[in-house]
Amino acid sequence: MPDLLPTTRVDPFDPPPELFGTDQPLRPLAYPDGHEGWLVTSHTLAKAVLADQRFSSKLELRRTPVRRPVVDDFRVGEPAAPGFFIAMDPPDHTRLRRQLTGQFTVRRMNQLTPRIEQIVAEHLDAMEQAGPPADLVQAFALPIPSLVICELLGVPYADRAEFQQASSVLLGLDSTDEQAAVAMKSITGYLAGLVGRKRAEPEDDLLSGLTEAGELSDDELVGVALLLLVAGHETTANMLGLGTFALLQHPEQAEALRSGAVPVDNAVEELMRYLSVIQFGTTRTALEDVELAGRLITKGQVLTLSLPAANRDPEKFPNPAELDLGGDAHGHLAFGHGVHQCLGQQLARIEMRIGYAALFERFPGLSLAVPPSEVPVRDDMAIYGVHRLPVSW
Amino acid sequence: MIEADRDVCIGAGMCALTAPAVFDQDDEDGRVLVLDEQPPASEAGVVREAVELCPSGALTLRDT
Repeated sequence: MPDLLPTTRVDPFDPPPELFGTDQPLRPLAYPDGHEGWLVTSHTLAKAVLADQRFSSKLELRRTPVRRPVVDDFRVGEPAAPGFFIAMDPPDHTRLRRQLTGQFTVRRMNQLTPRIEQIVAEHLDAMEQAGPPADLVQAFALPIPSLVICELLGVPYADRAEFQQASSVLLGLDSTDEQAAVAMKSITGYLAGLVGRKRAEPEDDLLSGLTEAGELSDDELVGVALLLLVAGHETTANMLGLGTFALLQHPEQAEALRSGAVPVDNAVEELMRYLSVIQFGTTRTALEDVELAGRLITKGQVLTLSLPAANRDPEKFPNPAELDLGGDAHGHLAFGHGVHQCLGQQLARIEMRIGYAALFERFPGLSLAVPPSEVPVRDDMAIYGVHRLPVSW
Repeated sequence: MIEADRDVCIGAGMCALTAPAVFDQDDEDGRVLVLDEQPPASEAGVVREAVELCPSGALTLRDT
């Protein structure tokens, strides 16, 4: 019987060591439910599988490599909830995603720059006025993407306590089935009410636009809204928190960013590569027998693609274990690849570019307020990061 | 010469991000628009990179 997916980290920034040190890019992997599937750790193979339509994203075909289902695996073995296109294949996936892609183009995200700069500046002002120390997660990393996705979708930010709580339960590996079910019911109920309000009184936001376009059912609108809300919250927030932790532990890199010695665009890509917050990888199920790297994957077998391992593959990145903001991180898989590649990636990039640059410009003396070993890391969550980041300046 | 398959495109925007002089995205559905099918040699590097980065395989380079 093969081993389970290694999940224990030794260093807060490095993926579990068992993922490395083998020349096998494809290994048998045991799943907690007894399934015998596969683990992919090389960049080339992970990219190939993600682009290959013979491997499915359908929820009903999926198995999870970690004990607790994450949000998109909410009911593994059953079809995805309406609107949950992350767990569907084309053409269902294509129909739903295409309703949204016009809202997340490079141009449209660039147009949000002034508003995001304003949000970032307001939070840095508040942090400065309150004085050190601060928890960077609560003061900066979480509220910025949260406010931005709420404004974009048209979700009142004042209601955030409800869905931030639900989001953390749905993405927490230690949440019980009951807790997850309650969180799901609470958040979908809230969003169903919101969709009703948008239908009655449309405003200038994404949810109103989708409601007015009339292509999606109410259930689909709720599913899409939930997906965007959760994805918009946890991903960028954890990149900002964990990325800042990493920069504080690599002061020469933080200085290169602050001084402009490396372009912030490049820095963001390298932080994405180095940290790969989707820590347990992503899964695909073979729709037919497929030969891969000299092995036979049989129909129905599940592959786990370790994005953290692929992004540390020495065949793709010459010094993969080093954080080098000036290095070449092009082609990293932190946003995935294939038809499911992150819809919000251009938004995430803008938020991170503005966020990191403004943070280190405002607080050139930013430092950890606790020993690094006391920073609580999210090894219990589907999306890696820090629970809190106490900082001073 | 660049060919773009708009049926395959998923609007991720990697092309418009990587080679903005050559690629744009439709305001309506985010799908790729090729601004210059025969870009100058100075763009060759970023165009190749855009093709390689395209997540859905919607872009193809052909010798002319």
